[in-house]
Amino acid sequence: MKFMVSSFRIALACAALVALIPAVLSAQQAKPWEQIPTPKLHDFKPHQPTRIELKNGIVIFLQEDHELPFVSGSVSIPGGSREEEAAQAGLVALYGEAWRTSGTAKMSGDALDDLLAAKAASIETGGDIDSTALSWNSLKGDADQVFKLAMDLLFHPKFDANRLDLAKQQVATGIMRRNDDEGEIAEREAEKLAYGANSPYARQPELSTIMRVSVADLEAWHTRTIKGKLIIGMAGDFDPKAMEAALRAVFEPLPPVQAAAARHDTFAGPKPGVYFINKDDVNQSHVEIVGLGTDRHNPDLPALSVMNEILGGGFASRLFQKVRTELGYAYHVGGAYGAAYDHVGVFNAVVLTQSANTVEATRATLGELEGLNTKPFTEEELKRAKDNILNSFLFRYDTRGKVLAASQRLEFYGYPANYLETYKAGIEKVTVADLTAVAKKYIHPEKLAILVVGNGAEIKPGLEELKLGPVQPIDITIPMPQRPTPPAGPGL
Amino acid sequence: MAQRRTGFVALLLSLALAPALSVAHGQDLKSFEQRITTKVLPNGLTLLICERPEAPVFSYSTFVDAGDVNDPSGQSGLAHMFEHLAFKGTSQIGTKNYEAEKLALAKVEAANNALMAEKLKPVGRDPEKVKALTEAFQQAQKEAYAFVVPNQFTDVAERSGATGLNASTGMDETQYFWSMPENRLELWAWLESGRLSDTVPREFYKERDVVVEERRMRTDSNPIGRLVEQFLATAYTAHNYGRSGVGWPSEVSQLSATDAMEFHKKYYVGSNIVVTVVGDVKAAEAMPLLEKYFAKVPAGPKPLEMTTVEPRQFAEKMVVIREQTQPFYIEGYHRSDYRDPDDAVYDAIGDIMSNGRVSRLYRALVRDQQIAAAAEGFSPFPGTKYPGLFAFYAVPLPGHTPAEMREAIHKEIGKLKTADVTDAELAMYKTRARAGLLQGLANNQGLANVLAEYQTRYGDWRELFRQLERVDKVTKADIRRVANQVFVDSNRTSAEIDTEQKQAAPAAQGGAQ
Repeated sequence: MKFMVSSFRIALACAALVALIPAVLSAQQAKPWEQIPTPKLHDFKPHQPTRIELKNGIVIFLQEDHELPFVSGSVSIPGGSREEEAAQAGLVALYGEAWRTSGTAKMSGDALDDLLAAKAASIETGGDIDSTALSWNSLKGDADQVFKLAMDLLFHPKFDANRLDLAKQQVATGIMRRNDDEGEIAEREAEKLAYGANSPYARQPELSTIMRVSVADLEAWHTRTIKGKLIIGMAGDFDPKAMEAALRAVFEPLPPVQAAAARHDTFAGPKPGVYFINKDDVNQSHVEIVGLGTDRHNPDLPALSVMNEILGGGFASRLFQKVRTELGYAYHVGGAYGAAYDHVGVFNAVVLTQSANTVEATRATLGELEGLNTKPFTEEELKRAKDNILNSFLFRYDTRGKVLAASQRLEFYGYPANYLETYKAGIEKVTVADLTAVAKKYIHPEKLAILVVGNGAEIKPGLEELKLGPVQPIDITIPMPQRPTPPAGPGL
Repeated sequence: MAQRRTGFVALLLSLALAPALSVAHGQDLKSFEQRITTKVLPNGLTLLICERPEAPVFSYSTFVDAGDVNDPSGQSGLAHMFEHLAFKGTSQIGTKNYEAEKLALAKVEAANNALMAEKLKPVGRDPEKVKALTEAFQQAQKEAYAFVVPNQFTDVAERSGATGLNASTGMDETQYFWSMPENRLELWAWLESGRLSDTVPREFYKERDVVVEERRMRTDSNPIGRLVEQFLATAYTAHNYGRSGVGWPSEVSQLSATDAMEFHKKYYVGSNIVVTVVGDVKAAEAMPLLEKYFAKVPAGPKPLEMTTVEPRQFAEKMVVIREQTQPFYIEGYHRSDYRDPDDAVYDAIGDIMSNGRVSRLYRALVRDQQIAAAAEGFSPFPGTKYPGLFAFYAVPLPGHTPAEMREAIHKEIGKLKTADVTDAELAMYKTRARAGLLQGLANNQGLANVLAEYQTRYGDWRELFRQLERVDKVTKADIRRVANQVFVDSNRTSAEIDTEQKQAAPAAQGGAQ
């Protein structure tokens, strides 16, 4: 007991002493890393793929890469889940799965599985928000055969009712399990707040909507989308002349592509306020602060990217520094003013913290969002953010695969091929004044929705302490179709 | 700091220490021998450089042969906690004044010791004193924090182009890694050798809060995280594979900086560390440079291997979690470690049972019986170095139960025991093993990680390629023999989630009363 008291006093006394010292000595701490030379970077020109545009509008990219004896390819097809009927939400997911598992008239999905597995090869199909795709990969020696099989699947799929049922079971399992994991709930519901619950960018498949999808729907989807502007990407160990000839033979005879109807998505943005979803079995709150972001056509994008880096990019960012390092409130914290290629992205900040710290951590995170307008950006912050982005820029095209993927992406969204260079040049020009201007223009914390998924009984002080209006519960009960009873087993 | 290999999918990735080799295209052992240079420094540390000048970048991996299993008794989570500390800088970076900071940090330790001594008193604890000591502890931290340049170590790396900067603590090892432009090699060597040899226990207690949040995220607030923790704790009686890797809450929340530095002193010695660099680097120029920096790492005897051997399991064990989560089933059987001659046989079983749509479990449970959304077997779990488990799991479709998963999995296991796999299945495993390794060779970071792992585990990176010989030798009889040996009831532990319906649902409370 006595010992305790004295060591306590000594600790205090010493601590007080130490506090006097830093001002005197701090200037003496050298920065040895600044003495380390940075030689000139080895010359490097990213290897661009060859772009071939066919008369019918189809575009082919060939990216030779002879390091390994593999050949891979992909066909992107415009049109994705944002185009499906709301009453059939989930159609594209089912299509992406059943397309491959059904197989073709010549070869069933099962036979295809056996043949490819024996060769350590693959052919896969999938659906996404704005596109569907077919991709394949094999050892060089099998490349011709696998290519033929892939083309058979691309042009002659034979959608099978049993395989559609199997896909429905997978999707139904996902639906039934979607409220098990806190993070999954938070991310999904945050998107719904940002875009609107019924928006094609946020809505989710339900048991009732997937049940409405038939084989005929999949066939109709395929027949319609395959007429779009296909983009083919080939990578690997092939002879470019022979490859070009093989691709022309398949794709040149096709009729001119049908341009996709332009989309004019508009979003009202979230209704500001505090939203809550209770989950009894967690001891940590998942907080999402969300609003609308922008698209990549926005000329302010370089300045916004630098602002994002300062807000939530890496260890030295404001959010990481404050909420994780200084306050120790979170392992996971981050945020960015998001930008998508052809529609508005999501602006969000995320923090995961123990239930009791929910209000404090939310305040601290909101504080950093507000700080973008109230805490002036410094030249040092600007320089750090630019260094972070520009010195690692190389990693956007350090492999031939990444260069090919970027080319396909820019082609798909109709961006110029030199987009990355323009963007980089834009980053280099950003000034502190630009940052201040974009923050003023885009950052409006009062327009954001705050979503908390957590254990209500443990969240003390409660969310009303945020003083941002009444706490609005969100019901995430999974709707059960009236009839038939919940899906079970074959023949859903 | 960031990711731990505790999650499910993440753990499946550790199967990378599976099969091997190629034949074609200069991607064989011989071509790698021409491009790889190794050197063991006087302090025992192994450096490995692999030249791959595809683009002006490099990736590195520092592989420390110490992980969660090495956490001392009562200090679970320590290896991982040290890993977080290794991002906080050194006496030369991350501080405004190291001499003064050092004194301040000593005060923090003294204040923590005083607080813990009072707090842990079984009788006669004085709440007033605890309060005062807590304040003193916070004050000491505040004073030490005044000397900190927060996140300077990572900031310097990121500003110099570091990408994918992270670390992971597994049961067996701790790995640090990132990629950088090649002209920053010397800066990297300075940073990395510094943090390995000159770690400062800076901001330890704040970081401990961060790690506890990591536990809440990965384990406490995640149904599968909770299940896997209970599964392993039940499967192991004596070995540390049964202990929470991120740490039991009462232990990880009371670790001290002193504990972390003792761990560092014992395990972060040259003989326990392999550092690999892969990319646009010339060994002739780079090796002398790296030697100069990594010579700083203290020499020391290789820590003695753990002597605990999990006793033979003689009774089946089961865990049943009843909660409002969808059902799930997992089971595991004790198997041998990675050095066992049968290691490739386990890989073959894993591949035939689980790899893709042709796998037996997919075809039986998913495609034909239509009772599961997914079903797989994998091994070793949760680690490689010591005898782990061969595990199977299945995700029931709506309306189906863990009991059905169990029965269906056992039926498939039974077939392995009573009938040979087909020639086609065995050939498929061998082909995929080759192709799988080959595909990993065109990636700097992946290659750096796997070379470091093989160099550590086998004492020679060449084993990555030579392993193919063992893959090729696997026979149908081997598979049947191993299945009969390992997949027996008394060697099994299972864990399942049985869904419990919510009791008369109380209305959502809006987060607070």
